[in-house]
Amino acid sequence: MSDYHIDGQTFDSSVGWVETLYAEFDVLPLDSGLTLAPLTLAYETYGTLNDERSNAILLLHALSGDAHAAGFHEGDLKPGWWDMMVGSGRAFDTDKYFMICSNVIGGCRGSSGPSTTDPATGRPYGLRFPVVTVPDMVRAQKLLLEHLGIERLLAVTGGSMGGMQALEWVTTYPEMVASVIPIASTHRHSPMQIAFNEVGRQAIMRDSNWRGGDYYEHDHPDAGLSVARMIGHVTYLSDESMHFKFGRRLRDKEVLGYDFTTDFEVESYLRYQGDVFIRRFDANTYLYITKALDYFDLADGHGTVVEALREVPADTRFLVIAFSSDWLYPPYQSKEIVRALKGNGLDTTYVEIHSSFGHDAFLVETDQQTHVIKHFLEVTAHREARRRA
Amino acid sequence: MPSSIIARAPSGERLDHLFIVDVVEQESRVLDLGCGRGVLLKMLVDRKDVRGTGVEIMEEKVYDAVGKGLSVYHGDIDEGLSYYPDAMFDYVIIGQTLQQSRETEFVLQECLRVGRNVIVSLPNFANWRARTHLLFAGRAPVTKALPYEWYNTPNIRSLSVKDFQVFAREQGFRITRSLHLGPHRQVTFLPNLFAEHGVFVLTKA
Repeated sequence: MSDYHIDGQTFDSSVGWVETLYAEFDVLPLDSGLTLAPLTLAYETYGTLNDERSNAILLLHALSGDAHAAGFHEGDLKPGWWDMMVGSGRAFDTDKYFMICSNVIGGCRGSSGPSTTDPATGRPYGLRFPVVTVPDMVRAQKLLLEHLGIERLLAVTGGSMGGMQALEWVTTYPEMVASVIPIASTHRHSPMQIAFNEVGRQAIMRDSNWRGGDYYEHDHPDAGLSVARMIGHVTYLSDESMHFKFGRRLRDKEVLGYDFTTDFEVESYLRYQGDVFIRRFDANTYLYITKALDYFDLADGHGTVVEALREVPADTRFLVIAFSSDWLYPPYQSKEIVRALKGNGLDTTYVEIHSSFGHDAFLVETDQQTHVIKHFLEVTAHREARRRA
Repeated sequence: MPSSIIARAPSGERLDHLFIVDVVEQESRVLDLGCGRGVLLKMLVDRKDVRGTGVEIMEEKVYDAVGKGLSVYHGDIDEGLSYYPDAMFDYVIIGQTLQQSRETEFVLQECLRVGRNVIVSLPNFANWRARTHLLFAGRAPVTKALPYEWYNTPNIRSLSVKDFQVFAREQGFRITRSLHLGPHRQVTFLPNLFAEHGVFVLTKA
């Protein structure tokens, strides 16, 4: 493990310098009936694939995440989004496991999405990019695994949208997955989740700079995208964590301003988060990915979630993790997944981690997650070795 | 703190656990309700190669059980077992837990729906020490085996081993094996008076 000093902060990232890789494919048929051709998928890997190719774990990210889960890129101010969980001696121990973190199609962080060039016109797709779904994202990742020569995954995991992809993985390719770890996730969005996403989308589409999605050669809909991000951030926190983090403290002033500049600390935080986000994220991608989240329903085409999991082999293992204060993806949604798994007699562990950090807990509460994931993976690896023997 | 103190073998293992390990056949499918830190379930996995899963409400205990490599559901047994198909398990174990359940009848019926056999272990509130405490001190019994005050006990049902046998019969269940434990060893003479704990293996009659 080595220390990295950036901007006066020290990080003990264990995977060190990493780079994003890009895999290219000819064509991908989509749920909408359209096809995406050609396509690029961004990914990163950490650790080493063993000779039996039996130690691969696929890690999938949330709405605003990307392939850069751990380590540093040249010029990074902080390590990848789950650095505390991925590396030597960590939950996803890179001394033992070969980690693959795949980006999603529709994204704006290296994979094909609305901001990439449409080969038909030579200009960015904008809304001409086909609507993609979570199953489409997973089918693209299947192409990536074929490209990497991996036929079976020791585990597929992710938080939030990453958890939905993990669940989709095991229902679409049940024979390829030894274990699944969905974290702070759901088998389908509730009306409340759809509602928050719709407010975010409306903020973007009602920004006059949005221009029906064709803004790439003009000013971008930054105001809309930053408001969408602010709403998102409120839903990722909790009442308790906001009390703790901000209270009613004022920002850079002793008394109320009696104007509409920033008064409270929490306002300043949200504006900052909005401003940072527009520098790294594309507004159209926000529309596409939130739409994919809202469309997702594991029961689609099966009737019920229990039926959707019918084809999953009996020796597949599940670890479902939820957080007590997560009101965006509340524990009851994880419990619904668990009940459907148990209804199929599948080996399932469910842990509701006590935390005040809301939905963000899956990025923050690394100690408890590390404990349960580490032991869960050890048992899975042991069973897999027995299975091969 | 455990819900009660239970007699142990010289090895340190609980006598009720050893009895249960003896009862359960090799490679059975086992559900342990209120599995705690997973001590019994781990014994069953190691010695009987069972396919086991536990339910536990205390988060710290869940972490310990997962640390033993066990599969555990973090939740309340009163939430029910409705999602399990009939006869999913060979054995459902309710160790020192049923007396803490609000939905006693429902939980036991559900156990016998999802399990071919149910193993119940309970503290005996009619043990002579408890009786003496109530009779002479005129106070709710606090004994070594039942170390709680009335205001902090997790045991919301106060029953005797005899009560349970009557209850099981009335519910239409058959007791196929049983074990009564005193403070140090098995009790065979007047168990409802001398036993501190009872362990019962039930099936549908």
